[in-house]
Amino acid sequence: MSKDDKILKDFTSKEYEYGWSVDFEVDQAPNGLNEDIIRLISKKKDEPKWLLDWRLEAFEIFNKMEKPNWANLKIPEIDLQSISYYSAPKKKKELKSMDEVDPELIKTFEKLGISLQEQKRLSGVAVDAVIDSVSIGTTFKDKLSELGIIFCSFSEAVKEHPELVRKYLGTVIPSKDNYFASLNSAVFSDGSFCYIPKGVRCPMELSTYFRINASNTGQFERTLIIADDSSYVSYLEGCTAPMRDENQLHAAVVEIYAGNNAEVKYSTVQNWYPGDKNGKGGIYNFVTKRGICAGDNSKISWTQVETGSAITWKYPSCILKGNNSIGEFYSVAVTNNYQQADTGTKMIHIGKNTKSKIISKGISAGHSQNSYRGQVKVMNRASNSRNFSQCDSLLLGNKCGAHTFPYIDIDNKSSMVEHEATTSKIGEDQIFYCLQRGMDEENAIALIVNGYAKDVLKQLPMEFSVEAQKLLSLTLEGSVG
Amino acid sequence: MLKIKNLHASVEDTKILKGLNLEVKNGEVHAIMGPNGSGKSTLASVIAGREDYDVTEGEINFQDKDLGELGPEERAREGIFLAFQYPVEIPGVSTTNFMKTAVNQIRESKGEKPLDAVAFLKLMKEKMKLVNIRQDLLSRSINDGFSGGEKKRNEIFQMAMLNPKLSILDETDSGLDIDALKIVSNGVNALKSNENATVVVTHYQRLLDYIVPDFVHVLMDGKIVKSGDKNLALELEERGYDWIKSEN
Repeated sequence: MSKDDKILKDFTSKEYEYGWSVDFEVDQAPNGLNEDIIRLISKKKDEPKWLLDWRLEAFEIFNKMEKPNWANLKIPEIDLQSISYYSAPKKKKELKSMDEVDPELIKTFEKLGISLQEQKRLSGVAVDAVIDSVSIGTTFKDKLSELGIIFCSFSEAVKEHPELVRKYLGTVIPSKDNYFASLNSAVFSDGSFCYIPKGVRCPMELSTYFRINASNTGQFERTLIIADDSSYVSYLEGCTAPMRDENQLHAAVVEIYAGNNAEVKYSTVQNWYPGDKNGKGGIYNFVTKRGICAGDNSKISWTQVETGSAITWKYPSCILKGNNSIGEFYSVAVTNNYQQADTGTKMIHIGKNTKSKIISKGISAGHSQNSYRGQVKVMNRASNSRNFSQCDSLLLGNKCGAHTFPYIDIDNKSSMVEHEATTSKIGEDQIFYCLQRGMDEENAIALIVNGYAKDVLKQLPMEFSVEAQKLLSLTLEGSVG
Repeated sequence: MLKIKNLHASVEDTKILKGLNLEVKNGEVHAIMGPNGSGKSTLASVIAGREDYDVTEGEINFQDKDLGELGPEERAREGIFLAFQYPVEIPGVSTTNFMKTAVNQIRESKGEKPLDAVAFLKLMKEKMKLVNIRQDLLSRSINDGFSGGEKKRNEIFQMAMLNPKLSILDETDSGLDIDALKIVSNGVNALKSNENATVVVTHYQRLLDYIVPDFVHVLMDGKIVKSGDKNLALELEERGYDWIKSEN
């Protein structure tokens, strides 16, 4: 085995750290996808009729759709009838506060390094924790509500703020948008809801933590973030799942609305179980994320660190409708072993003087395939719009692949679009340079990879950035060439 | 400190070193000179443990330890430093970060606690003065867009930070103007002590005006064919390598 191969092997052979599961009693719906299941979910959640109707309409649309196959992914047949669409940790009674949450659940999140106890408010991050299909609790609620900020589970929002949910749900991503968004619209079980009122700057990071625990279930959460005029919020999303031999489906939808002068920063560290070294098991991650800069001078910024999942299909996008609005997409996508990722963004310029920036850093190792797919569309009336895209790919070893699929569609003469792309390999020279200074191979690769991804990692909030760097190193542990 | 006996090394089946002997003691400065392709840089790489080179015969002892089984990082931790002829660029990694990782990993390997941010900064400030390097250069991606002089100065800065026992300077003078050469040489001289040693690999005598060697060796066709004191370098400068070729 050559030196490179050895480094590659050592670096890629790290076990998934979050692969445990916890036993607690669950309330799980029978397998299968049909109208009755949708009615059951809606009933379990005690939903109003308009929402049930919305779900059923989405299901009708879904039934007429075909699974998309344009991505550069080999997607095995997913039997939607063999999945359970609702699984919830059993609640003994309605929870009045976080103190009443099942200690087993609290422990689960502590194991993940996420504190749900309000007394640990030093961390300064408000968390909504979602296990399997339901939110088990949200921290810092009282403090946020003093400012008029609503941060709660989606189900709670449906009960407490139906007018807001009804006004915005499906406006950015309609249920007919795509196959997986339609499926989500029909069967979504919970997720997070966030509303920042006019002129309010949210004083802390808001965070949702998703955990799949039960086997044989899909997770279909739905997040809706509304930033009213002149407001600001920074939102974090993290996710993990147990190691299981079978594949599990995750099809989430995230919608963001930004009013005049509003700004939303959405950061994701995606670490779903990626499957084992031979590609067995792992999460199929089909996610639709989109934000609309509806108001003038508004800004939406997506930052993602994608390290997990067997398959990732995800294109967080911005519709730049307001004049002078700004959309940003910063992404690091790492694939190792037999992982496949097809990820990127869409920037749709509608308003005048709109700007977008895309920085995508793909890292492929092992036998993985990593694709960037992005669209920049400048509409006829989007005068003086600007886009800058940079798509870099880094290869570790010679069995993986990196691909770039940029789509550029310009319908306005005064606009300017720039696209830069590079593909490189981690050099033996770089590694030897590090080794000669006394570093071991693992540290050398971690250093080089983190340097490569720096432009993206620096966009993340501080605590998250440190986590993300560690995660990058862990994901790639054992790989170079 | 360093004893090389009958060293044979090849790269991709091409024999480059063919029975090289060299002994370096504490406090000494040795210069290895020789024409292009004589094996000078190969010698530097082989001592540092670069894996592209196969040692087919002979041995390298460093402080009574056989280096044969040690990887490059272990050799570095034993105190061997190579100033690269072509320092490598690592985008997004500052020299500060690079050095912090290196210094702390070496400490860790010796069972010492890592330096905290304050102690590390103090060490950096001290060494920066020694090689006359600016803070802003250390905050930039290492070697990325550096001038030739900046790259070499950065190498000497790293040498100062790691405080090695044996420093090998591989063509450190190449690409340097006279001012940069002086700064780099001053740095090397300032780091010299009775506890460490330096091997200077070079084409030209010029560098040896500033870093004065105790011994000069001429490397040709994979072997040391002549050794002497600093006057040998002057003679080489005057008469060229052909003079030695004709002697052999």
